[in-house]
Amino acid sequence: MSKARTSPIRTGLVHLALSAYTLVALFPVFLTIVNSFKDRASIFREPLMIPTPSTFSLVGYQTVLGQGDFATYFQNSFIVTIVAILLVLLFGAMAAFALSEYRFRGNMLLGLYMAIGIMIPIRLGTVAILQGMVAAGLVNTLTALVLVYTAQGIPLAIFILSEFMRTVSDDLKNAGRIDGLSEYAIFFRLVLPLVRPAMATVAVFTMIPIWNDLWFPLILAPAEATKTVTLGSQIFIGQFVTNWNAVLAALSLAILPILVLYVIFSRQLIRGITSGAVK
Amino acid sequence: MSQTDNAADIVPIKRPMRWHIFVFMLPAVIVYSAVMVLPLIETLRLSLYNTVDGQPAFVGLANFKVLFGDPRWAHDFWNALVNNLIFFVIHMCVQNPIGVALAALLSVPKLRGVAFYRTAMFLPTLLSFVIVGFIWKLILSPIWGVAPWMLDLIGLKFLFAPWLGKPGSALIAVSLISNWQYIGIPMMLIYAALLSIPEEVIEAAECDGITGWAQFWKIKLPLILPAIGIISILTFVGNFNAFDLIYTVQGALAGPDMSTDILGTLLYRTFFGFQLQLGDRSMGATIATVMFLIILAGVSLYLFVIQRRMRRYQF
Repeated sequence: MSKARTSPIRTGLVHLALSAYTLVALFPVFLTIVNSFKDRASIFREPLMIPTPSTFSLVGYQTVLGQGDFATYFQNSFIVTIVAILLVLLFGAMAAFALSEYRFRGNMLLGLYMAIGIMIPIRLGTVAILQGMVAAGLVNTLTALVLVYTAQGIPLAIFILSEFMRTVSDDLKNAGRIDGLSEYAIFFRLVLPLVRPAMATVAVFTMIPIWNDLWFPLILAPAEATKTVTLGSQIFIGQFVTNWNAVLAALSLAILPILVLYVIFSRQLIRGITSGAVK
Repeated sequence: MSQTDNAADIVPIKRPMRWHIFVFMLPAVIVYSAVMVLPLIETLRLSLYNTVDGQPAFVGLANFKVLFGDPRWAHDFWNALVNNLIFFVIHMCVQNPIGVALAALLSVPKLRGVAFYRTAMFLPTLLSFVIVGFIWKLILSPIWGVAPWMLDLIGLKFLFAPWLGKPGSALIAVSLISNWQYIGIPMMLIYAALLSIPEEVIEAAECDGITGWAQFWKIKLPLILPAIGIISILTFVGNFNAFDLIYTVQGALAGPDMSTDILGTLLYRTFFGFQLQLGDRSMGATIATVMFLIILAGVSLYLFVIQRRMRRYQF
C-alpha cells in the first residue's frame, strides 16, 4: 500500500468530515426524541438538554394517546404494509419466474411493459384511480390502498427478482423436472427458497415508500377508521400545532417503528443496495 | 426451438399449451394493468374531455389551451413549473454532489466505523415526509429558537430569518430539507458503484503515480458516471412527482404566496379543490398529463441519449 492511502492526517480528516455529516443527519431526530420527554417550559428554555428528573414529563404522550386514535392508525398501517408486501413478493416472484425461466412469444415485450412502472410514477394516474375506486365502492377501505401499493411495488420486484432467478442453476431445476416435480413445485419448493435474500431486499425497498406515503391515504382513504399512521400524525399535528409536547410526542411515536425496522433490516437493506440489486 | 435453414418447410411442432406461464404471469399483469396502466391511460384520455352543459364531451386540446392560455391558469402553471425546476436544480447541485462526496469518503480503504456512518447517514431517507417536514419546521421556527441559538454559537445569529415564512427563501429552505432527507440515496448508489471498481485498476493507477484527488477525478469518477446518470434520472422523476414534503411544511396552498408551489401541489389543489376553489377533474387530468409528458421526456432523454453515450466498463 502506498503511504498516501493510510496517512493518519488524511484518515483524521475523513473521519472529521463523516462525523460532521453524521451529526447533521442525526441531530434533528435526536432533538425531537429528547424533547418529547420534557415538560413544556424546559422544551423552550433548554432545547438541547437531555431530560433530567426535574424536567422529565410524559404529558405529550398522554395527550397523543388520549386524543388521537393512534392504535387504529398503527394497525391500519401495519395491515396495509404487510398485505401489500406479501402480494408484491408473491405476484412479483411468480411473474419474475415466468419471465426469466421460460422462453415464449412476447416475453421481451411483456418484460418491457412491466418495467414501465419502475420509471413512471403511479401517482400520475390518481384521477382515474380515484374514479375506479369510487366505481368499485372501495373508497375509504384498506383494500384500495393495498391494491395501489401492490401495483406500485410489482415492477421493481420483478426487475430485482428476475435478475436473481437467472442465477439459480438450471441443473437443479431440470433435476426437479426429471424427478417429476410440476412447474409450480419447482417454483415454490426449489426456486423461492433460493432467492430468499433477494426477497428480503425487495421487501425492504417496498416497505419504506408504502409506510411513508401520504398521497394515497389522503385521497383514497381519509376516513377516521382507515387513516394510516402517516396521515394520522399529519392531521393530529396540524390540529395540535401549538401544543409542542403533543407534537413532539406524536413525531417520536411515528419515528419509532421505522427505527425498529431499520435496526432489524439495515444490514439486509445495505447489502441489497451494495450487491447491485438496484443498479 | 432451434431455427434451421429450412424452418419454413417444417410444420411447427404442436406443443401443449404451457398454462403454467399464464398462471405465473396472470396476477401481476392483472393488478398492474388494472390499478396502474389503465388508470394512467384513462387519465391521459380524460385530459381531452371536459364537462360541457353538464355532459362529458370531447374537447380536444381545449383544456391545454386553458392551462397555457388563460392568464390565471397559466400564471399558476408556469409558477409551479419554474419552482419545480429550481427544486430540481437545487437537488442536483446540493444533494447529489454531497452524496457523491460522502460516498467517496466512505469508500476510503481501511476506514473504521464505515458501517456506523453509513447507517446513521441513511436514516433520514427512511423517515416519512410528515416527520421530516415537522421536525424542520420546529427547528427553523423562531418560536423555539434552536436555529438562532445554534447560529449564535458560531457568531452568525444576525443571519437568522424565518426562512420558511419568507417568499424569497421558502423554496430554497424546503429544497434543502428535501436534500437532507434524500442524500442517503445518491450516497448508497455511488458507494456501491465505487466498491465495485476492481482493486487492480486502483493499483495500476497508483503504480503510475496517480493518487488522492487526481485518482478520484481521473480514475474513479469516469468509472462511476453510469451510477451518476442513474441518480440524476431518479432525482428528476422524484422531484417532478414530489408533493408530500411541500404539503406537510407549507400546506396545500404552498405558501407563502405560492412561492413553494410545485406541479404535485398544483395537481392536488386542482383535482381536489382547496378552500374556495372547487375540484376540477378534467384540469387535474390535464396537469397530470403535462407532468407525465415532462417525466417521459426526461426518462427518454436518459434512456436514448445519455445512457447510450455513456461507456460502460465491464470488469
